[in-house]
Amino acid sequence: MSLESFTIMRHELLLTLAFLIILLAEVFTREERKERVRGLAIIIFAIVTAVGFLPLPEGSIFGDMYRATRTTSLMKNILNIGTLIVFIQSYTWLGRPENRDRIHEYFMLLMTTLTGMNFMISAGHFLMFYIGIELATIPLAALAAYERFKNRSAEAGIKLILSSSLSSGILLFGLSMIYGTTGSLYFSEVAAEVRDMPLVILGFIFFFSGMGFKMSLVPFHLWTADVYEGAPVNVTAYLSVVSKGAAAFIFVIILFTVFPVIIATWEKTVWVIAVLTITIGNLFALRQKNMKRFLAFSSIAQAGFFLLGFVGGNQLGMTTVIYYALVYIFSNLAAFGIVGIIADKTGRESMDDYDGLYRTNPGLSIAMMLAMFSLAGIPPVAGFFGKFFLFVAAAEKGFYVLVTIAVLNTIIALYYYLLVVKAMFINRNETPIEPFKSDSMSKLGLALCLAGIIVTGFASGIFEMIRNLSYGI
Amino acid sequence: MNILTWLVIIPLLTITGILFVKDARQAKIVSAFGMGIQLIVSAIIVYSYVALRKAGVTDEMVMISSYEWFRSLNIYYTVGVDGISVAMIALTSVVVFAGVFASWEMDDLRKEFFISLILLATGVFGFFISLDLFTMFLFYELAVIPMYILIGIWGSGPKEYAAMKLTLMLMGGSALLMVGLFGIYFNSAPDGGELTFNILEISKITIPIEAQRWFFPFTFVGFGVLGALFPLHTWSPDGHSSAPTAVSMLHAGVLMKLGGYGAFRVAMFLMPEAANEMAWIFIILTTISVVYGAFGAIVQKDLKYINAYSSVSHCGMVLFAVLMMNRTAMTGAVIQMISHGLMTALFFALIGMIYGRTHTRMINEMGGLMKVIPFLGVAYVIAGLASLGLPGLSGFVAEMNIFFGAFEHPDNFHRIATIIAVSSIVITAVYILRVIAILLLGPIRDHHFDLLNDAKWYEKLSIVSLLAGIIYIGMAPLHLSDIIRDSVMPIVDKLL
Repeated sequence: MSLESFTIMRHELLLTLAFLIILLAEVFTREERKERVRGLAIIIFAIVTAVGFLPLPEGSIFGDMYRATRTTSLMKNILNIGTLIVFIQSYTWLGRPENRDRIHEYFMLLMTTLTGMNFMISAGHFLMFYIGIELATIPLAALAAYERFKNRSAEAGIKLILSSSLSSGILLFGLSMIYGTTGSLYFSEVAAEVRDMPLVILGFIFFFSGMGFKMSLVPFHLWTADVYEGAPVNVTAYLSVVSKGAAAFIFVIILFTVFPVIIATWEKTVWVIAVLTITIGNLFALRQKNMKRFLAFSSIAQAGFFLLGFVGGNQLGMTTVIYYALVYIFSNLAAFGIVGIIADKTGRESMDDYDGLYRTNPGLSIAMMLAMFSLAGIPPVAGFFGKFFLFVAAAEKGFYVLVTIAVLNTIIALYYYLLVVKAMFINRNETPIEPFKSDSMSKLGLALCLAGIIVTGFASGIFEMIRNLSYGI
Repeated sequence: MNILTWLVIIPLLTITGILFVKDARQAKIVSAFGMGIQLIVSAIIVYSYVALRKAGVTDEMVMISSYEWFRSLNIYYTVGVDGISVAMIALTSVVVFAGVFASWEMDDLRKEFFISLILLATGVFGFFISLDLFTMFLFYELAVIPMYILIGIWGSGPKEYAAMKLTLMLMGGSALLMVGLFGIYFNSAPDGGELTFNILEISKITIPIEAQRWFFPFTFVGFGVLGALFPLHTWSPDGHSSAPTAVSMLHAGVLMKLGGYGAFRVAMFLMPEAANEMAWIFIILTTISVVYGAFGAIVQKDLKYINAYSSVSHCGMVLFAVLMMNRTAMTGAVIQMISHGLMTALFFALIGMIYGRTHTRMINEMGGLMKVIPFLGVAYVIAGLASLGLPGLSGFVAEMNIFFGAFEHPDNFHRIATIIAVSSIVITAVYILRVIAILLLGPIRDHHFDLLNDAKWYEKLSIVSLLAGIIYIGMAPLHLSDIIRDSVMPIVDKLL
């Protein structure tokens, strides 16, 4: 390996380095100072994130098994931003006595999954892709079971590992069929050999199902709600945002670069799955009372919106998928952040507990309102721009029926997002959540999210930059 | 900077100001100050518009300026006005100004109330000055969403139900509208070239007729929901009656006009062929709106419901006139928007003030109020007379133009529709006079009412500013219709 290959793999190598530093720090820190590992980890990761933005050379190594382009760097940077916010938001929670002896585990596991996601995004070979996806998933199961003294958390871990191993199996089966018909696992060679043959289509469908599990698309979504509810809030936030975003990124890359020949087939599949995911996710979200389950189902519906960018196979589609992922990271992390803060301070996480929140905690309520509006796609926050451009991308290829179904679904979604706003601002409550002061790290995390929610929409430069790095079929 | 952009910046500055003041009393002073400046800026805009036209500028839109926003999608922040939008801006600033004074005595969460109210106004102003469909749509949604909070927190009666119903129906309308806008955008360059959201540029080309047939109904109905098009008007009575005074004023007075304005500025102007083909469907629906709304008002007992149904009827008349597609009727439609905006805002303000004194809105629980609160009573009578179209007040000018224009069509369909719609004037007279008789005249029903106070200074200010508009338009209609008339022509020309 030359020096150049180091810079090409800088995202992954830096993460590994950070991982090792935290491990050493853990070993060499005295017992009563273990808490300081949190701050160190966040600072190191902030540096990793910043370095990721440096414009360094791109290229491919390991005989084209690993490729880094400016597009993949952009995707990794977006995931880094999301993870950084998750880290900042978990600061307080990690300081609790029951978590104190396992702080380093949390950071190391999360960084491992992030490394896996980075490898997955940079894959140029299905084997590399598969290794990445496993590296990303297995530590997540451990993280979901992080609060192992809680039954629900352990249950979430088991559910996640079982369902994801099933989905990996299906995915591998599909890949083996594709290998059988095309004789290769390299993306470039598979792309040249893919034909509209039954076995390829079957393989593709299996591959699609596997990815559907990762992105929690209907009908592969059943694990989502239980895992999201059981896992610690910060892990849930990570699962629903970064993990889902990474899956969406690699999915769009593979669809656009490996399977462009059979677009006529997959765009129908994507069409149907998009409609199912958005509608069913919305309908289930309507009746949820637990905030984490509520956000879980709403995030299923949001995953369906990503598919609107896939369906046309156009450059604008890829742009909007990446852009929407960025917007979604900020909005959803803000929502999860607030749920986390409130659960942390008061232990309450039902929607009824939020009644009258504005009168006791106005700042949090306004932040939550902005997050809900952004998720619902209401101007002037970024979610509006994200959704609007996704719809434009689908409409560009003439999918007007799909767009109509999707926009009508945004009204259903608006209903349940407004229920949260209603609880906070309109409902009265005899025992409201007491006024409390959040600590500075929670505030910082929330401020980053809110800044993102507001700036990402208005600053057209972000959209244009993503557009320049995207490509269509 | 373009003076039109100030219409958006001043409300935003006002909101920022409210955020930083200490108590609620200062909040309302800041709001009144900000909206006062807004009123002055609007007056300057009207004045300079008239001056431009006098100087012989014949462009369709004037005071245009444009800033690039999303380059790759060709989205610009483009503003500009013609006679119609200038008139609407003037209306909006008067109603918002009056609305701030009408809610001088809010008790709960006053800062938040004024912030939401002015945010709503920002959306409305932005909508009227936009020439780019994207920005227009953004402002449109921005105007709708504060309604939820305004009705939900400060409303009365079944406010949560009404707020949710109103928001979901209006956002549903805007969802349909969004699909329509995509249809327009992707057909805005049929001969190749760059796609655009700019209204002026799209109006120069002809959108393929198949696309028009698909997307005209989406766009028209999308705006129609806000314009209370039958059968999608059901949000209006519930919403208006639950909303707090200033919100009803602003919503019935201005926000519903967004629907009518958008219907002809976007749907009909950009897709004239389909508009001609499908007009008959919507003429039937709007005729039903006009008559049904008026009949609905007769049977109501709650003052706000009466006025809400009356708004359905009058806003139906706006859409009805727009669909007649000639100069006289279109001019009438715009005058009707202004006239109804002032009139209904006045009604809702008065109802709010009466309710604040009597604590009931049921007309049969009140009576003889003219004796105890003569100022409010007289203002109510004048608003009522304007509503039923008495010459010398604004309603007459509007309805005269509308029905004259509608009857210009020689065919039976249009004439029968016109005759049916005209009958609403009689029905309007019935419910207006009935309310005046029961509410204001006759013996005082309840001895508590003897002790009521008449209007305070801020209430008078609110009422007088609206009354002045109604009387001014009624007495000197040509000042207004001259501004509108020429700007209607480009739209009518495309429709013929």
